[in-house]
Amino acid sequence: MDFEFTAEQVAIRDTIRELVQDRVAPRAAEIDQKAEYPKDIEKLFADNGILGIPFPEEYGGISGSSVTICMGIEEIAKACASSSLILAVQALGSYPILVAGSEEQKKRLCPPLASGDKVAAYALSEPGSGSDAGALKTRATKYGNEYVLSGTKQFITHGSIAGTLVVFAQTDPGADHRGISAFVLERENSPWKVEKLEHKLGIRGSPTAQIVLEEVKVPAVNRLGEEGAGFKLALAVLDRSRPGIGAQALGIAEGAFDYALRYTTEREQFGQSIASFQGIQFMLADMATQIEAARHLVFRAATKVDAKASDLTKVAAMAKLFASDMAMRVTTDCVQLLGGYGYISDYPVERMMRDAKITQIYEGTNQIQRVVIARALLR
Amino acid sequence: MDLELAPEHASFRAAVREFAQGVVRPHAAEVDRQHRFPHEAVAAAAESGLLGVLVPREYGGSGLDALCFAISIEELAQACASTAVIVDVHTSVGTEPILLFGDEDQKRKWLPRLATGEVLGAFALTEPSSGSDAASLKTTARPIGNGYVLNGTKVFITNVGRAGLYIVFARTGPDEKAAGVTAFLVPADARGVRVGQVFQKMGLHGSPTGELILEDVSVPAGNRLGGEGQGFTVAMRALDSGRIGISGQALGIAQAAVDEARALMRERGHGQGDDFVLADMATRLESARLLAYHAAWRCSHGRTFTRQASMSKLHCTDTAMQVALDALQIAGEAGAFSGSPFERHVRDAKALQIYEGSNQVQRIVIARDLVKAG
Repeated sequence: MDFEFTAEQVAIRDTIRELVQDRVAPRAAEIDQKAEYPKDIEKLFADNGILGIPFPEEYGGISGSSVTICMGIEEIAKACASSSLILAVQALGSYPILVAGSEEQKKRLCPPLASGDKVAAYALSEPGSGSDAGALKTRATKYGNEYVLSGTKQFITHGSIAGTLVVFAQTDPGADHRGISAFVLERENSPWKVEKLEHKLGIRGSPTAQIVLEEVKVPAVNRLGEEGAGFKLALAVLDRSRPGIGAQALGIAEGAFDYALRYTTEREQFGQSIASFQGIQFMLADMATQIEAARHLVFRAATKVDAKASDLTKVAAMAKLFASDMAMRVTTDCVQLLGGYGYISDYPVERMMRDAKITQIYEGTNQIQRVVIARALLR
Repeated sequence: MDLELAPEHASFRAAVREFAQGVVRPHAAEVDRQHRFPHEAVAAAAESGLLGVLVPREYGGSGLDALCFAISIEELAQACASTAVIVDVHTSVGTEPILLFGDEDQKRKWLPRLATGEVLGAFALTEPSSGSDAASLKTTARPIGNGYVLNGTKVFITNVGRAGLYIVFARTGPDEKAAGVTAFLVPADARGVRVGQVFQKMGLHGSPTGELILEDVSVPAGNRLGGEGQGFTVAMRALDSGRIGISGQALGIAQAAVDEARALMRERGHGQGDDFVLADMATRLESARLLAYHAAWRCSHGRTFTRQASMSKLHCTDTAMQVALDALQIAGEAGAFSGSPFERHVRDAKALQIYEGSNQVQRIVIARDLVKAG
């Protein structure tokens, strides 16, 4: 066993940490209040190679390691959960290409994503199919060398700003989930319509779009894998991206905890710091312990992604489940530790608590994670 | 980063598992029912080298690391929690202090006998009026001639009556707190050493727990472990490692509970309500195991590990308690009958939240470290 990052990973982490400290943290409250996508931070990440982390060097990136991706997401999420999705969703939207793409597709589609020239997104959910993803209704009909896609996609993170969108659609409507295929839509050739942007509880700086595909033409060379292989791919991608959501949850919790710990040592009541009261100390100890436990699960899952381990599905679901439930509890307790100040927007912990909630819901609700874990255990 | 066991740790686990499941587990239910010392399991463990895991080869041990130690206790506890705590206390707090603080004579004299299991070790810190506040202990060690005379009563001593050697903490100086405490090696056959009451307990029925009474016990100066006034440091360092062992014990109980619940669900069918509980049990257990192995890894690599060991002990033992209760709930009424492993796990797990520093003390240790680190 080796619990440490490599020297190269530490160097990447330190770079991210410094950028986050200087450029992201000061913007986090404003991004949340204005519910505005931080284009400047996207550019900052692109310029500094951070968006190249999900990609191996041969496709224009700098790593491709899930451990490195998770480390990056965690660092960014400590200050701004919305900004952490810029990296997390670049990875999510690229995984289908990296997992199922042909060499030609990877060479063609990845470099503009790795350089940050284009933003990637992943379109699986629909208004009528969330947890039951296999029931999706978007149609893809083949005409000669192209497919025509029609349907509505729901809750698409970065769907409004993406240049590259991976869409899952039915090519054989009689075949249930075995008829689902995956396509890469390049916006300039296959434009989609952004029907609306959602107003949300948290991660307000990350645009969540409803997308409408009205007879969108997609060249057949942009189909990923075989017809009918899309559902399996969608699940394989979620196995790889769930540790990243765990890392986001971990970062949110750490950001809130660091703030609350400092606050309790500085805040004086009854003539002493509130951190000197045992009731407060016990809360701090439990929070720190839960954060540590989640950290190990998240990075263990990430190492399983990198090792292409056979038990990845279960371990990734455990990491996502435990870390996101932990983040919800820890951020709620951080608000509690700051008392009235915790509840007002002048302090960051109320934002972090709102941001934490989505990690229990997206990329498979935590109820779905339990289904996945139990299925693996009882098989 | 590599969070899988290295091949040598994985093969060590496989060997201990085979031993524990084959030799230790068959006695577990009976040991619990009859409240008897699992002598055949402990003797077989000694034979297999499991009593000398942490002792270097030059002193007759197996010379393995803290991770192997955690794994060995985990596997033993999966088979029998009583056997696990006997071996754990012997190996960590009962032997390791000699390794860490003993002089060459003490090491040569005791380690080979402890490592082979010829002598079972024990740790005598707690007293009737000093539990969590260990530094306020009252047992005295008066210097007389070229030695000391010890007087006092120790309580909740695991392996009492079975141990051949007790590491006893006593007050040598006028300082009323930690600075006045010194550690001594007290052979069980020294004149004046007596076993008091041996307690009936909720669980861990195979592991004797009771009072150790010291009445004018003379020990030579050569039996002092470390310097005068260093005893509290010895105790705290011993407990840091001890907590890794208790974490292993908790993991073993929890794993047994998960496995048994899983087997039962497969056999009788299962609904989503129980599925979700099982998923949470297994997830929590995974997280706890990684905390324990991290603490062990830091210990083996010479890093500070006090905070990690406390986090591990806290999370592993709280997890064992919760998982054991959840497994019993899944099993239903049959799980609550005497003789069912489900109810035994619940009774066994409870002790772990209390001993080697209650989980409240762990929270104090963690919080103190957090606030200090800022």
